[in-house]
Amino acid sequence: MQNTKTQDTLVGLFVVIGIAAICFMAFKISNLSSFSKQNVYTITARFENSGGLKIKSPVSIAGVRIGRVSKISVDKDSYESIVEMYINSQYKLPDDTTASIFTAGLLGEQYVSLEPGGSEEVINPNGVIDITQSAIVLEEMIGQFLFKDPVDN
Amino acid sequence: MIYFIQKIGNRTISFFSKFGRSAIFLIQMLIACVAVIFRPKLLLTQLYSVGVLSFMIITISGLFVGMVLALQGYYILSDFGADETLGLMVASSLVRELGPVVSALLFAGRAGSALTAEIGLMKATEQLSGMEMMAIDPIDRIIAPRFLAGFISMPLLAALFSSIGVIGGQLVGVVILGVDEGSYWSQMQSNLDFYDDIVNGIIKSIVFGFAISWIALFEGYDTLPTSEGVSRATTRTVVNSAFVILGLDFILTALMFGDI
Repeated sequence: MQNTKTQDTLVGLFVVIGIAAICFMAFKISNLSSFSKQNVYTITARFENSGGLKIKSPVSIAGVRIGRVSKISVDKDSYESIVEMYINSQYKLPDDTTASIFTAGLLGEQYVSLEPGGSEEVINPNGVIDITQSAIVLEEMIGQFLFKDPVDN
Repeated sequence: MIYFIQKIGNRTISFFSKFGRSAIFLIQMLIACVAVIFRPKLLLTQLYSVGVLSFMIITISGLFVGMVLALQGYYILSDFGADETLGLMVASSLVRELGPVVSALLFAGRAGSALTAEIGLMKATEQLSGMEMMAIDPIDRIIAPRFLAGFISMPLLAALFSSIGVIGGQLVGVVILGVDEGSYWSQMQSNLDFYDDIVNGIIKSIVFGFAISWIALFEGYDTLPTSEGVSRATTRTVVNSAFVILGLDFILTALMFGDI
């Protein structure tokens, strides 16, 4: 058996390195630091069709990620898709912001892109974005292209 | 014919009685864990032999597993021009599956077998009965510190395995194969979630640590007190741990990540 002091030191070192590894996973591998629940607020947007949008899909302005989708549900009356998203609270959005669903690349994941307008008023927490543009469904576009009325051309 | 049926009956009864003994053993062990708090010295010694001595095998295997993942992943991903997602691929497979499972398998081979052999030999040389004669409960004194040590070390070792693996993947992917370093880390960070991925991986490794320590200690405690009995118990520890780890991994994955 080794000297007890060396053993103590090695065990202490082992535990410290283990905990450091967990912290490394938390902050370097995942994104614990960037979106904690405290400094976000929720806004809602209604889309005719939210396409392949998923929970945790990115929400971005000018290509910069400022939040993520938190909940997607269907309106019982109008059958619209209701998309709730968390926005980092350091970003204030004007109330005439438009929301559109785009696809990153041809086959990439879908994301919500916000286009701020020129209004002075900002959207409050739990506010609603009124102007939206639905996801582009590739099959529909191909269908339109293929079966377009030849007389139009 | 009768002999055959008798044999089946015998097997069934011995299986269930062993299962029952192991459950009673688990309860005794968990109660005894409270007593360990008053003897941190015992726990420390066991943490050294179970955790610190497994440190090398875990870090070196983690490094190589991460490097191989990056190498294999790169060839497939670069066909699709998606080699920036290499970091995501390496990290998510390590954090979710390979980290907890491979480190648990290594841990069962490295530490579990040693625990079984140690306790089995203590039983074979009647050290355990000797302690009972002196009114010292061997479960308090011998079993519980080892169980706690296994339970504590396993998540730490699995976290270490995953972290080292990601760094190994970065070494191969970024330094040798020339994937962009920024996208290696940013793809990983933006797509892995702390609660869904990291915490679930840690929960997995905690469950595995619990199962391995339980199996290893019970097999040692329940062994036939002969040299052959000890050798069989050691083999059973490694084989059963491997089964239990892989089986539990499927169940946990289905519960955590699947929609089953």
